[in-house]
Amino acid sequence: MDFRIFVSPVPTGETTYLGWLFVGLRNTVALSLAAWILALALGTVLGILRTVPGRGLRALAGAYVEIFRNVPLLVQLFIWYFVVPEIVPGGHRFKQIDPFAQQFLTSAACLGLFTAARVCEQVRAGIESLPPGQKNAGLALGLTLPQTYRYVLLPMAARLIVPPLTSETVNVFKNSAVCSTIGLIELTAQGRQLVDYTAHAYESFLAVTVLYLVVNAAIQLLMRVVESRARVPGYLGSRK
Amino acid sequence: MISVRDVYKSYGEVEVLSGCSVEVRKGEVIVVCGPSGSGKSTLIKCINGLEPFDRGEIVVDGVSVGKRGTNLSKLRARVGMVFQQFELFPHMKVIDNLTLAQVKVLGRGAEQAGKKALALLDRVGLREHADKHPGQLSGGQQQRVAIARSLALDPVCMLFDEPTSALDPEMINEVLDVMAGLARDGMTMVVVTHEMGFARKVASRIVFMDQGRIVEEGRTAEFFAEPKTDRARQFLSKVLHH
Amino acid sequence: MYEFDWSSIPGALPFLWQGMKVSLGITAVAVAVGIAWGTVLAVMRLSPARPVSLFAAAYVSLFRSVPLVMVLLWFFLIVPSLLRDVLGLSHATDLRLASAMVAFALFEAAYYSEIMRAGIQSVSKGQRSAALALGMTPLQAMWHVVLPQAFRNMVPLLLTQAIILFQDTSLVYVSALADFFGAAYKVGDRDGRLVEMLLFAGAVYFVLCSAASWAVRLLRRRVLA
Repeated sequence: MDFRIFVSPVPTGETTYLGWLFVGLRNTVALSLAAWILALALGTVLGILRTVPGRGLRALAGAYVEIFRNVPLLVQLFIWYFVVPEIVPGGHRFKQIDPFAQQFLTSAACLGLFTAARVCEQVRAGIESLPPGQKNAGLALGLTLPQTYRYVLLPMAARLIVPPLTSETVNVFKNSAVCSTIGLIELTAQGRQLVDYTAHAYESFLAVTVLYLVVNAAIQLLMRVVESRARVPGYLGSRK
Repeated sequence: MISVRDVYKSYGEVEVLSGCSVEVRKGEVIVVCGPSGSGKSTLIKCINGLEPFDRGEIVVDGVSVGKRGTNLSKLRARVGMVFQQFELFPHMKVIDNLTLAQVKVLGRGAEQAGKKALALLDRVGLREHADKHPGQLSGGQQQRVAIARSLALDPVCMLFDEPTSALDPEMINEVLDVMAGLARDGMTMVVVTHEMGFARKVASRIVFMDQGRIVEEGRTAEFFAEPKTDRARQFLSKVLHH
Repeated sequence: MYEFDWSSIPGALPFLWQGMKVSLGITAVAVAVGIAWGTVLAVMRLSPARPVSLFAAAYVSLFRSVPLVMVLLWFFLIVPSLLRDVLGLSHATDLRLASAMVAFALFEAAYYSEIMRAGIQSVSKGQRSAALALGMTPLQAMWHVVLPQAFRNMVPLLLTQAIILFQDTSLVYVSALADFFGAAYKVGDRDGRLVEMLLFAGAVYFVLCSAASWAVRLLRRRVLA
């Protein structure tokens, strides 16, 4: 195996093959971050809606989850990229903008909305795992329901769901690879480019795999820090 | 039959067994009693190798339990064990619970195993439940099946780890009766229990443990009439007043 | 306003059905092999022998840390030529379907192994003790007593993972292997009716997967409660 290919310059000369990989990595990280922020915001709202007394709101959030979880991510992506600009007014203008921007925005929106459904379920599980007495205690003190959520339920639920959210973060990074299918230059796409240009398949894939593992390790480390900060003394799993 | 000499065991920093020694002769019924955490269950689990021990020696029917080369599976087939939580296999019918080990461990034919199983169920009074699943039986019934399951392997001795502690009071006697029957038939038994009435009637000797040590040991009648140590005296006075 | 024209669909159904057979075929093989290999991995993970448990842990960690798309590409670009060299097959042999099945099975096994590991640990330790006390070897105890119960406990999760796997088969798109989604895309691209075909594909997946999830929920409540 010849690892020198990584430091050889690419045909167009502006960087090395390793540089190409890092461009891919950069885009992967940017895409994942954008999607994750959208997913957290929307997913939290949806998760709360799944637990409120209003039947209509619960059903609405439930329908969202059903739709986004029962269609494969790839299909959702293609629908966003090929279908939505056609049928939504103003879609024509979207198709005129810079191709990279089209791909990035579509990917971020798709991945974000897809992941929001999963975050919603985690938030719901977190809230539902709290003792029912907590909500009653809040209400009994005279807090309104929104206040009870804000000051009593959500702070605890948020701490409880840090571990499952860690794996969701990893999932967002992994799922970002699907976006290479619409031409987005991200890490997996660059890996494939490398194979095409250098014909060194083993080395290319090894490098891409290592980079994904590094990202993974970084996320695990980061989440461990978050988890230790978020621990509630004396509650499940925390050290007293 | 069973020889326990100077056995020590620790879980990390905590010493749970400190120099325990006891000899069990063939046909004897030994009752091991004592407060919670005294190491009774741990000791009995060391006898058939379910728990390893750090120092000392345990020999069962001529086989050294602690020695490296010992085939523990073979030994355990000859030593029956009954658990506090019965531990019948819930995914199998009662009769299959009894034939599984006969076929897989002793290599008996299915038909022979089945016949033996039914005979034993008869002996514990549960033959008509042979095709049921454990979940459909009461606790007392499950424990009697568990005893039959161990007997199916024709063990040379039986170990009982608090066999009635998980049972409703009304079902305790049906299990104790089966155990007393076994004792009458000459089975060598080591029983960890709080049932002092049973101990008085059936046991040959009593072993009293506290904090990992065997504090006192003696023939049943002597132990109950004149306990030699203060700790034993204390324990008996508290337990017998129920 | 976009002019919808669904007329492509009826004529394309036989071709789409071929694709669906590929999707279902990959799912079936990957689920069967994945559960089998995943169970072996789970047992290895719980083994007292360190090299064995470390290997299983490393395998599971690796496959759970990388995207499925990347694994599929790896298998499509590298494995066929590797297999041809090893087995001496002609270069014309189409190993794409076989590569896909192998890739999915090896990948999903890592996920199934985590499910089975949780399942094994959910069986009370006393069950294993009772089996050992009867003279069974640890392997006999695992096979006759622990695994049957572990399976029973984990059936809903195993089925849910299978539904996810079915959705994941759409990713064979990256190798131009025609599964249901690939077939739908091809038809849409050829007829210029990509919008309708994509929406149709989405609808089919939605109906199939929701029905399957609903069935699993029903199973959970009726049979296993």
